[in-house]
Amino acid sequence: MDILITGLFLGGTYALIAMGLNLQYGIARIMNLANGEMIVVGGFSAFWLYSSAQVSPLLTVFLVAPVAFLLNWLIYWIMLRPLVKRAKSRGQLEVDAILATFGLAFVSVGIMLAVFGGDYFSYSYLARPIRLLGDTYALNRATAFLAAVLICAAIYLWLNYSRPGMSIRAIAVSPESARLVGIDVPKLAALTFALGGAVTATGGALISMFFTLDASTGVIFTLKALVIVIMGGVGDVRGTIVAALLLGVLETFVAAVIDPGLTLAAAYLLFIVILLFRPQGLFGRRGT
Amino acid sequence: MKRRTLLNTTVALTLSAALAGPALAQETLKIGAVGPKTGPLAGGAAVTHWPNIELWSTEVNERGGIDVDGTKYMVEIIEYDDQTNPSETISAVTRLATQDEADFILAPYSTGLNLAAAPIFDRFGYPQVTSTASTDRVGELSDQFPNLFFLLGQNSEIVGDAVEILTELREAGDIGNRVAMVNVADAFGIELAASAKPIFEEAGFELVYETSYPLGTPDLSPVMKSAKDSEPDAFVAWSYPPDTFGLTEQAVIEELDVGVFYTAVATAFPAYKQRFGAAAEGVMGIGGVNAESESFQDYAARHMEVTGQAPDYWASGMMYASLQILEQAITGAGTIDRDTVTQYIKDNSFDTVMGTIEFDENNNNPAYWTVGQWQGDAFRGVASTGREGAVDPILKDGWE
Repeated sequence: MDILITGLFLGGTYALIAMGLNLQYGIARIMNLANGEMIVVGGFSAFWLYSSAQVSPLLTVFLVAPVAFLLNWLIYWIMLRPLVKRAKSRGQLEVDAILATFGLAFVSVGIMLAVFGGDYFSYSYLARPIRLLGDTYALNRATAFLAAVLICAAIYLWLNYSRPGMSIRAIAVSPESARLVGIDVPKLAALTFALGGAVTATGGALISMFFTLDASTGVIFTLKALVIVIMGGVGDVRGTIVAALLLGVLETFVAAVIDPGLTLAAAYLLFIVILLFRPQGLFGRRGT
Repeated sequence: MKRRTLLNTTVALTLSAALAGPALAQETLKIGAVGPKTGPLAGGAAVTHWPNIELWSTEVNERGGIDVDGTKYMVEIIEYDDQTNPSETISAVTRLATQDEADFILAPYSTGLNLAAAPIFDRFGYPQVTSTASTDRVGELSDQFPNLFFLLGQNSEIVGDAVEILTELREAGDIGNRVAMVNVADAFGIELAASAKPIFEEAGFELVYETSYPLGTPDLSPVMKSAKDSEPDAFVAWSYPPDTFGLTEQAVIEELDVGVFYTAVATAFPAYKQRFGAAAEGVMGIGGVNAESESFQDYAARHMEVTGQAPDYWASGMMYASLQILEQAITGAGTIDRDTVTQYIKDNSFDTVMGTIEFDENNNNPAYWTVGQWQGDAFRGVASTGREGAVDPILKDGWE
């Protein structure tokens, strides 16, 4: 039970890290390798506001999300839109986007170094024990899990039950046909990309409550997010959530029962097994 | 590759221009500096490595430069980011030696990057006074690379002194002999854990929990829960910065009840105290300084004033001392001839912020701090191999 809850909390954290990338890659079709840097930006904002003005990271989120939304929207229109326009196939767009956002990741690290400095930014917020079913857990991790549940649920409902949400899913399935039925593909793709960025930065602000970040830690999160998105199935919100929780529980189980040294090996073993038996991911569609 | 080098040069030139300040038609010494500004060790270098270079170069230039046989030399720092990548460290040092024609090159950051660059320093005849390298192969290395100096000490002493502190506390009846020991699965953590295990066992301690975890483990709570379940009297972690913070936070949450709580690298960072506040009281770690000494307090104040941040309580002082040694050796030798300066470093003793330093026949500084502990507002040295000012260790008493 203890392992399950700890694992779910970790899984919630992973969902926060990966959800934004899933939107950006699965729907806006941009494989954003600067995803981790957006997490660090969110985390730094939370750190900075907390240490200079004692603003709770849970409030910072409401500031970080719109700012990140705007920033990502601009990135999409200025930097990525031209790539989308000139791409003749999905493959070409993928290669171009990977190269462009890889560069963006370097530029972001450089800017963050110049602005924040290279020092670790870590602070303590809600680092208190709470008791659940007879065991102790960290309050900040429980809070982040709760936020992850809220965010994931909101995104899922919005995609499935709102009109723009459904149009967005139409783009994910087939951008060409979506255009034929009167969906403004460029506008909605930009919107989704920006939304993905906002979710990622929000996740960053939340996880900074318990992770020690510095300007160049982004790449670690990008990798983790990538693994989760691929495992869950590109473009499917449920897949990302399930994959994130699965990974969290598995890592915690291995660490607690077998050996903490084997967590990474177990995670990648799971990745390989899923790729072998469901190359399109847990919830992915064949042929996309 | 080409483009990156170009970018680095631009960055380096801008930085050096900013640092050199109003250097007009004076004599200047070109000093090369290599270290991580990005990559896994960038966070540590931003605390220990770069601020000291900024402090030292600012101070030297403010007092008119380094005195070399009556002539004053301003210093111009040429910086390169090695991205925490040994091959980048090697190419940056090579570039400094061959293209920038640096007069001196400061030792890189960390054990691994210093050892990677040692053959290059040796080939081009530059003295390499390391302040962030810790290894047990000092004798062998200084035979191979006679220009290589070590300030920070040896792993076996660091581990040995930590065990000794625990032994003293046990003999005083303060703690029992159950020890939980964990380490980060990285060259540093593995080496220290491997050397600690037999010493603990020899000293009669029982290792009730022992494990390693990968670098960058996102959730250390399973580790801390298992450690707690083993009911240890002391918790020892050979940890790196992100996990030093992570383990401490989990210990607070699990209310780990031990008499000794020891985490390794970054325990001595000011950020540790900032983050954990009163909970940091009594936490032990690698390093320590004589926080009461006037020279350290004065250094800490200048560090704060010039760089806007406090020095750490382990390698920062040694890093600054390495710069003082270089400067004093250049002035003392009265020349910028590198062989003469290297010989001067070997033959003389130096007055630094960490006290008097004199290298032994292995180019090793034999007197350094090994174990420190947060007591009040400073991380004070509780054990050393011959430094003055050690304080008595206190027991860890809860996390409030």
